[in-house]
Amino acid sequence: MATEAIYPHRDPMLKKRDDFEDMLEERRNSSDLRYALRCYTPVLYKGLAPCKASMLKSMVLQSDQLHHVIGQVSRETGRAADDVQEEASAILEEMAHCLQLSTVRFFAFTLSKVFKTLFRSICVNEEGIQRLQQAIQEHPVVLLPSHRSYMDFLLMSYILYTYDIALPVIAAGMDFMGMKFVGEMLRMSGAFFIRRSFGGDKLYWSVFSEYVKTMLKNGFAPVEFFLEGTRSRTSKSLTPKLGLLNIVMDPYLKGEVYDINVVPVSISYERILEEALYAREMLGVPKPKESTSGLFKARKVLSEDYGSIHVYFGQPVSVRSLAQGRVNRCQFNLVPRHIPRRPSEEIQSFVNDSAYRLVRAQEENMVLKPWVLLASLLLQNHHQDQTAGQKRGMVLEELTAQAVWLRDMFREYGAFLHWPDHVPPSEVVSSSLSLHRGLVRVCEGRVQLAVEQGGQVKPGEPHSTVTPEEELLSQAVIVLSCASYRNQGLHVFLRPALLASAINAASSNLKQEVFNSFSFLRNMFSNEFILCPGATVQDFEEACYLLVKTGALQVTQQELLVTERGQRTVAFLTSMLDPFLQGYQVVCRFLCEEATENLTEKQFVPAVRKFIIKHLLAGRLRYTEVLSSDLQKNSLAALLRLGAVQKIKAAEQGTLKVNKVMVNSLEDTLGGRLPTQKAVGARL
Amino acid sequence: MASNSSGGGSSDRQRIAQQRLRIIAGHLQGPVDGDSAILAAECKAQGSKTDVCREGKTVPRRRQEIMKWNGWGYSDSKFLFNKKGQAEFTGKRYRLSGMIIPGLKDWMEGTFGANLQHKTPATPLLTSSAVQPATLNKAFLEELKSTGIPFSHDAEDRVFRAHGHCLHEIFALREGKFGRVPDMVVWPNCHNDVVKIVELACKHNVCVIPYGGGTSVSSALECPPEETRSIVSLDTSQMNRILWIDEKNLTAHVEAGIVGQDLERLLNESGYCTGHEPDSMEFSSLGGWVATRASGMKKNIYGNIEDLVIHIRMVTPRGVIEKSCQGPRMSTGPDIHHFIMGSEGTLGVVTEVTMKIRPMPEYQKYGSVVFPNFEQGVACLREVAKQRCAPASIRLMDNEQFKFGHALKPQVSSIFTSFLDGLKTFYITKFKGFDPNRLCVATLLFEGDREKVLQHEKQVYDIAAKFGGLAAGEDNGQRGYMLTFVIAYLRDLGMDYYVIGESFETSVPWDRVLDICRNVKARIIQECKDKGVQFPPLSTCRVTQTYDTGACVYFYFAFNYRGLSDPVHVYEQVEHAAREEILANGGSLSHHHGVGKLRKEWMRDTVSNVGVGMLKSVKDYVDPDNIFGNRNLL
Repeated sequence: MATEAIYPHRDPMLKKRDDFEDMLEERRNSSDLRYALRCYTPVLYKGLAPCKASMLKSMVLQSDQLHHVIGQVSRETGRAADDVQEEASAILEEMAHCLQLSTVRFFAFTLSKVFKTLFRSICVNEEGIQRLQQAIQEHPVVLLPSHRSYMDFLLMSYILYTYDIALPVIAAGMDFMGMKFVGEMLRMSGAFFIRRSFGGDKLYWSVFSEYVKTMLKNGFAPVEFFLEGTRSRTSKSLTPKLGLLNIVMDPYLKGEVYDINVVPVSISYERILEEALYAREMLGVPKPKESTSGLFKARKVLSEDYGSIHVYFGQPVSVRSLAQGRVNRCQFNLVPRHIPRRPSEEIQSFVNDSAYRLVRAQEENMVLKPWVLLASLLLQNHHQDQTAGQKRGMVLEELTAQAVWLRDMFREYGAFLHWPDHVPPSEVVSSSLSLHRGLVRVCEGRVQLAVEQGGQVKPGEPHSTVTPEEELLSQAVIVLSCASYRNQGLHVFLRPALLASAINAASSNLKQEVFNSFSFLRNMFSNEFILCPGATVQDFEEACYLLVKTGALQVTQQELLVTERGQRTVAFLTSMLDPFLQGYQVVCRFLCEEATENLTEKQFVPAVRKFIIKHLLAGRLRYTEVLSSDLQKNSLAALLRLGAVQKIKAAEQGTLKVNKVMVNSLEDTLGGRLPTQKAVGARL
Repeated sequence: MASNSSGGGSSDRQRIAQQRLRIIAGHLQGPVDGDSAILAAECKAQGSKTDVCREGKTVPRRRQEIMKWNGWGYSDSKFLFNKKGQAEFTGKRYRLSGMIIPGLKDWMEGTFGANLQHKTPATPLLTSSAVQPATLNKAFLEELKSTGIPFSHDAEDRVFRAHGHCLHEIFALREGKFGRVPDMVVWPNCHNDVVKIVELACKHNVCVIPYGGGTSVSSALECPPEETRSIVSLDTSQMNRILWIDEKNLTAHVEAGIVGQDLERLLNESGYCTGHEPDSMEFSSLGGWVATRASGMKKNIYGNIEDLVIHIRMVTPRGVIEKSCQGPRMSTGPDIHHFIMGSEGTLGVVTEVTMKIRPMPEYQKYGSVVFPNFEQGVACLREVAKQRCAPASIRLMDNEQFKFGHALKPQVSSIFTSFLDGLKTFYITKFKGFDPNRLCVATLLFEGDREKVLQHEKQVYDIAAKFGGLAAGEDNGQRGYMLTFVIAYLRDLGMDYYVIGESFETSVPWDRVLDICRNVKARIIQECKDKGVQFPPLSTCRVTQTYDTGACVYFYFAFNYRGLSDPVHVYEQVEHAAREEILANGGSLSHHHGVGKLRKEWMRDTVSNVGVGMLKSVKDYVDPDNIFGNRNLL
């Protein structure tokens, strides 16, 4: 197979990353059938006693933990223990996978065909695969891929099959079960199904956690799940969900295994299959229920070009080393380990911190394509044009020049950028543009977002039938799609961008004041971006370091000063974050101006959307992407967290009680009209 | 540390025969003189004709006459590689003495990557000039002289009592390095001598460190380097008489300096035994057992030291502590014996102990069971404990230790035996399908009257069969027990060839046994790797005792230190990490070795703040001037 060196290391300061190899290359040159039927002999965990899927079930049903809970449930509800046992058994039937090699082979064959038509290449870091292979032999392994597409877990299994690595068992949402046939197929290829919510159901939780732990402890197979819980529609990493991570760390904490290796995997798509789907979903067209027929309708996607995929298997993280000095495992000495208990505060905060670290590891190894830079630049240009009231776009050469500038900046910030250096920049840009021709329009040497013809509206239809609101929404589809590509690179700039915005907002250049402002913004946005709890000072220092390193900032004892050449950087960074700042302010304004007494949580998004559309059409707001329900929900979550809004439990639904004074002052602080209060919690 | 009774003397069959003769002789002679009042009061030089015992004692005042000054055990017994490169055990004392052990060389080379060409010989002689000069308290010395109690400030005597048998202690001795050593040694002959010495020590503010058998593995005998007072090592070895035997109540009153082998031998002569057989019983003393809460191999029948002791006399700076009667159980507040047991020489000197005795067992039988893997073995032991039918001793070795035991097989004389061995191996590995790299062995010792032993044996083997166990013969069982006493000698051999190691123990609930074994062994291997050890270490364990609710687990750990600049430091770091792992996995700080100074740092976490406070307040009351200043435990 050809190896493609993608990351030339000009700057020795940068982290060394592995080279990639295109695994489709071989598929294009040899028989898929032979590949699907080849001998598959993965290396296994050293302590593994071979067992079948059916044996797993009986191990779970006979486990001490489940026995205990069955007894408890039976006592509490007065049902016969046998009855509860049967229910447990039924839950397990509904949940359990039944991994079969034949199904895997079927998928290997079909997916080869599909992938070859959809993608130019699927690049995998071989060294990561080797590390994984090693890790699997030593300790039980948990795979944590990022989640941007339905494709993710099929892709994962496909890669592992190709490299002769033990196939994972995958935690999947129950919604897949709706697709009768496909659900069963997925089950046979290693998926197990869990309900989305089972809050108080002790028995369900017990069966589920015991099932996962049994597989993990016995080294039956690597356990795979998505830390983010669901697909990120915005390409930003989502706040990690802790339930499953808690479960898989438990066997280590209780000493049932020596260690567990957690492997973050970053999957980046040059073009996401669900691109427009996501945008429409966030604009209020509800997500279509997963159904088999829906999947067939998706067939037309087969005819398009989705570029390449990069999959980076990160460094395995030992749970033991994560917990070193953080968790005192003696806390499990005094109660039998099979009696389920709420995790202690110490453990909760440990798992939470670990989850953030792992998501950040995913982010850092996410490969960024030139298109990410172009999308950022084009979006900024789009907004400028809108302010100026013109629709000019950017001159292609200008775009290229700016992209090169941005490329260098990305690299200096340590981004994992895939920019082919042996190709002239203009070609890189034009090939990127042509791949995303649904989103951009090149006309007379000028490039702009393809918002003109109304995105999805067919050109034949008469314009008059389109209301201004519909037009706005169809423009928004394009803008949101574009924003999702920009978001892929957001994590690289996040901390410097927060600092740049803080410098803008702060009333002076005094370090402490900038820090207060930084701390406020960081706190405000911690539902929006991955910001590790309690790391304000580190983040501030990291941001300063990066800006100083790139010559954009001078730090003295007392002050932070933007340098002459740093103006451009700071302007760029500020405008990256501006849509979010504006968005949060609009949500605040909505809550102050329009929120009624009995606004429920469910009504919130539609109501705020209406409010925003009104403002956009009136020209009082320029960022169409504020229409994203993701942003609206995140800002509400932040306000709830800060106590500016309270949830009141009502008969049917929770209503939102708004503290208007507080929301108002938050809005003014975000807008820079009010100085930041003393930093919350941390001091520099 | 390790050593074993069953090895002390000639072959086993001979020994049993001798025992029977003794029992018969005992019957003919009638009971031993029970009138002990005079004896107890008597306090003369040893060898007094009126003692219950008539034979010479094992431990002379000058221990160096028969024992190594920088290694384990008797000077005449040690492993070495002879001119042909074969391992050999010298001397005449043990079953293995004078035998060739053909497998040992390969095992050492294979396990540790050791090489006979790379030697690290010990400093041959003790150079007195390297020993710190004694800081003597003149006034104390003068008054001591007037009591007539023997003492010495000879360098050899002092060095001998400055250490136990921790790895770092022996390693330093082999290099001829000495830290703070006691300034003098005294040999009291009886309880009253001890009273006098302690009184004088209090009067002149001298630090006293009691010394029994010197087999400590917790740094308990190390002199605190910060101690500025004169340090007196109080050697109890000459207080070694059985003062009386009470056959009506089955008790014996014994001076606390007696070592295990003498106690058993002398009691055996009268047809009795205590049944307390810690692995170190050749050298460890009764007083030491009490002071550390010792445990014996046959505790399943006879109990641990706390079950065996009826009455204790201890001399403290506040005076003598003892109970007023010998009732088998009392409800008189917290048991004061439990302040004494485990006090590790911080409160006073145990001088006399009344112990339970039992008639000698009529019949003894070894046995062994092979299990396909360690998990099955532990499950079997758990079941045996559940049914409360554990034999006198039951121990489960893991696979590495099984191989180790195999390597210690002496040369077989006949072709027939080796043929039989081959056949057995074939049966187990090929016919029964046991994986030679996973199987493990339980060794058993049954004791009692013949019929019951055979019945008991059947019961245990039936349980074992349920867990896939196969009976593997008496010989394997006996060799297993032999391992415990030779292993300490083996460490000296290892140290001649760049290999250092030690054992440590813990107790743990049943549901944790497998987890703790796996995790601690893995931790040792990982730490060795992280600390730059060039060769894979030996990391092995065995379950040595069973209780209703848990088990005692022993870990052995050794590695080849070639290429390391400070091997002892590395060793200590690894052992420290292993102990942390034990604690994190629900194991205790110690089952029977004690805390000493080696494990002091974990005491507070182990017994809570209030617990430490309680112990402290006892110390403060009993010994306000810290006369017993070895600084163990707290």
